[in-house]
Amino acid sequence: MRYALLIYVEPWETTPEQDTQVMEAYNQFGRDAMAADVMRGGEALHEAKTATSVRVRDGKVLVTDGPFAETKEEFGGFYLVEAPNLDEAIKWAAKIPGAARGTVEVRPVVDFDAAVEAGEAPAGIAAG
Amino acid sequence: MAGLIRAVGDFDLAEESVQDAFVAALEHWPRAGVPPNPGAWIATTARRKAIDRLRRAKNLERKADALAQLSATDSDDSAGGTHMAAGYAIEDDRLRLIFTCCHPALALDAQVALTLRMLGGLRTPEIARAFLLPEATLAQRLVRAKKKIRDAGIPYVVPPSEQLPERLDAVLHVVYLIFNEGYSATSGATIVRRELASEAIRLARVLVLLMPDEAEALGLLALLLLQDSRRDARQSASGELVLLADQDRSRWDAARIAEGLATLDRAAHLGAPGRYQLQAAIAAVHAEADAADATDWARIVLLYDRLMAVAGSPVVALNRAVAVSMASGPAQALAIVDGLATSGDLDGYYLLHSTRGELLRRLGRRAEAADEYGTAAALASNAAERQFLELRRAQLMD
Repeated sequence: MRYALLIYVEPWETTPEQDTQVMEAYNQFGRDAMAADVMRGGEALHEAKTATSVRVRDGKVLVTDGPFAETKEEFGGFYLVEAPNLDEAIKWAAKIPGAARGTVEVRPVVDFDAAVEAGEAPAGIAAG
Repeated sequence: MAGLIRAVGDFDLAEESVQDAFVAALEHWPRAGVPPNPGAWIATTARRKAIDRLRRAKNLERKADALAQLSATDSDDSAGGTHMAAGYAIEDDRLRLIFTCCHPALALDAQVALTLRMLGGLRTPEIARAFLLPEATLAQRLVRAKKKIRDAGIPYVVPPSEQLPERLDAVLHVVYLIFNEGYSATSGATIVRRELASEAIRLARVLVLLMPDEAEALGLLALLLLQDSRRDARQSASGELVLLADQDRSRWDAARIAEGLATLDRAAHLGAPGRYQLQAAIAAVHAEADAADATDWARIVLLYDRLMAVAGSPVVALNRAVAVSMASGPAQALAIVDGLATSGDLDGYYLLHSTRGELLRRLGRRAEAADEYGTAAALASNAAERQFLELRRAQLMD
């Protein structure tokens, strides 16, 4: 199965040394996950204060400044990993540096191919 | 059913197949007679029904693995495995099932419901009644939990040794919660709720059977047995709560106590005691006292000190204070309780106020004691307990 590991952390003021340390920790995670052949992708995002939210209501595009939800911990990036089950995915989630400061949300990725083969709509898809 | 779930990797399919098997039994047995081993007949039939269901499924490729596995177990059986091997396989399956049902990725109330449904002897309506929930709510909770197990890929395995202590804790916690739900019930659907306590003891026995070398599983079983031994004595004929000190100890269940003490003894031989073993040891000190004033309170305080070190919490600290009051007097205990009250950790906890009230009463500070009992009564949710606290308050106002 594929799992998205969504990283939520509170933004903090860092010194250049701390920046380097954090980068190195993430790079190490990336190398480990590649070496174990579980890494399937991922991106880091700019801070939530750079976010723009878009809604379409009655055919009109509404644009507002800021993220979808104002929270202390903000969505900062994600990895996509391949794991045989949730326990393995949790093991990788716990290795992400952000898990030590914030929260990593583990979400199973919908397997559309399997759902189509089964002749059924994939159950419980978040997107509507 | 546990074996079938492992084989097909799908709770719903296993459940449906077992139901199919029971329907088949209803049709078949009246005509052909009940087979010599009805349980095995159901298991074999359920497995065949699962194969049928899988074959009917459109996506053969996706289900091919499960089918291959099932066919393999089928031919194993016809080749004839030893009874021992079959027994081990079943125990293994139940153990996996326990860890799946108590997986921390499931909400605690879902863990409790699943464990009772999949491993206990209660059916959905009975569990719903025991938790005072509408049946539809509980059924929905079970459906959601099973769906999460499938969609999130919660594995059907016994956790590896490095995760075992944590995961075992979760399992023991669920069983303990089930017991408490039944044990502390003194109102409402009393009989059904008491069934939960028996059910928890049964589950704890299963855990001990499956993991005979886990000291905390033994500790939990000992604790439940010792607490349950006082069940008939802790409520008066008219339904009022009877305090430990006032209980008629001849009504304690001697068989339960003997088994509890023997189980605790087994746990004690397995190494460093954990929270359940220590709580069981405290319950054992009470069980061994012929009369309330023969209780070895100094030993209880010592055990609470160790419990604080292993699993300290404000509630444990409060219980320790009660033991201190018995061993060293109410003044010393009141200082501890006042410290807890100031910390705010136990705000809204009625036992903090009833304990403080009792200590003040013993110190002769009656007006303050009555106030505390009043606060406690307002916070208590259980009718029998509230009644008890209000009575105490009234006595102090005389």
